[in-house]
Amino acid sequence: MLTEEDVYKVAELAKIEICEEEAKKFRAEFESIIGYFNLLDEVDVDVEPTFQVLPIKNVFREDIPKKGLSREEALANAKHVENGYFKGPKIVE
Amino acid sequence: MITIDEWKERLESEKCYDLVCEIYDRIEKSKLNAYITLCKDLALKEAEKYDKGQKSGKLAGIPIAIKDCISTKGIRTTCGSKMLENYIPPFDAHVIENLKREGAIIIGKTNMDEFAMGTTTETSYFGVVRNPYDLSRVAGGSSGGSGACLGGDEAVLALGSDTGGSIRCPASFCGVVGLKPTYGLVSRYGLIPYANSLEQIGPMACSVKDLALLLEIIAGKDERDSTNAGREFKFEYCSKKFKVGIVKEMGGNEEVNSRFEEAVEIIKNMGFEVGEVSMPSFKYALAAYYIIATGEASSNLARYDGVRYGFALEELDSWTKYFSKVRSLGFGEEVKRRIMLGTYALSAGYYGKYYLKALKVRTLVKRDFESALAKYDLLISPTMPALPFKIGELADPLTMYKMDVNTVPINLAGIPALSLPAGFIKSLPVGIQIMGNYFEESKILSFAMDLEKVFKEVF
Repeated sequence: MLTEEDVYKVAELAKIEICEEEAKKFRAEFESIIGYFNLLDEVDVDVEPTFQVLPIKNVFREDIPKKGLSREEALANAKHVENGYFKGPKIVE
Repeated sequence: MITIDEWKERLESEKCYDLVCEIYDRIEKSKLNAYITLCKDLALKEAEKYDKGQKSGKLAGIPIAIKDCISTKGIRTTCGSKMLENYIPPFDAHVIENLKREGAIIIGKTNMDEFAMGTTTETSYFGVVRNPYDLSRVAGGSSGGSGACLGGDEAVLALGSDTGGSIRCPASFCGVVGLKPTYGLVSRYGLIPYANSLEQIGPMACSVKDLALLLEIIAGKDERDSTNAGREFKFEYCSKKFKVGIVKEMGGNEEVNSRFEEAVEIIKNMGFEVGEVSMPSFKYALAAYYIIATGEASSNLARYDGVRYGFALEELDSWTKYFSKVRSLGFGEEVKRRIMLGTYALSAGYYGKYYLKALKVRTLVKRDFESALAKYDLLISPTMPALPFKIGELADPLTMYKMDVNTVPINLAGIPALSLPAGFIKSLPVGIQIMGNYFEESKILSFAMDLEKVFKEVF
């Protein structure tokens, strides 16, 4: 049983502000979706998990210096810019 | 629908500039809503270059549409989201570099479900894409714009991306051909990520021949994607009478099944040996897919912080408040739903129950495919379990997720699969799915090419 409190908790972890109406709607939907996920409880096998499908490991490339984005290009999509830097929100409250 | 051969034939006597103008005229009058952003000035300039003999390459002068989750330098790339409404990438995706090298003309960026999360393109911030065969129905998703623009003669080729069926579903619903390549065959560099371990960029086209050519161009080695297989692709037609397995667990409603059975009869009559295979793990594949996909999404989409790019607020607040507000206003409902589901499935106490279990199911799915493909060259099923839905028909999220039942096992295993048109039912397109072993796209394409000819005559 999933409560609205659980939904608020998950929203907080995901850093998404939700309103009361959304919490109600998501609670009901999550209950049915997660109920469906619980189908996996039936699976009782001890096999290795597959994180990715290709048999490739530790892919390296030569360490050759290349030109990256210019400062101007990197900042072009940011709304808050100051003295050639990204300006972010306060981290310490 | 326009094939490359038909386009080239017209280019012999007409100006590329005029033909491209004709495409834009059609788009501007269109009700499909297939495009989010058009790059008309740029495209017409390229067409002019072609007319002056300044463009070369395998796709010289051919108009292509690009799904809006693929980065295009200097051209707005929104991913169907308010979050990226004004985002202009400072670089090209690997596949875009390749297309430009071959002389293709980019017409615009196609509409899609927000962050590729959806099966109908109804979650797009830019409105639903309509089906070219019935405007009251969806074009499928998430690459709905790429499917619809081909079905509606608004491009000759298109790129889509496929995380759980997002190329094959709109291909099926719009009566075009679409392929999800083997995981790692096409570089994901510049693809805005949703679920990295599942997704691939892939070709969509109006004929199997065009599809094969487009795959040759976008596939290949790229060290900027560490999961790239480092292989090139060259299509080699093979006339062999393949052994074909019908997957028992993949089906559809009555209408779809009856068309599929007709197709199977045709395949038998063409001299292919047809058998049946059972994949017991598929019972769990859909649940496993949604756990893995939402889990990866919850981590991937953490990058949208409203600081470096994307939707931002006028005032910078404290970090937690700002971040939560930006994401609350910038993401649509389905994206929030999936980020939160993934966050839940990955949270302390649930990791073993959901995520790890899903990864184990993935191993079982992979093994089922491996043993089936040891017996058969190719596997077949209906692509979608139903015909194109009415807009708004699938209101409940879980009902919508269940429509991906035939397509998601392929992404879990990483094998390639193609959707081929098999005519129409009640004037709506229907598709069949052809699956093959890792990197055996040539077998799939050869078989599809044989079928395409016969299906066109029969259906």
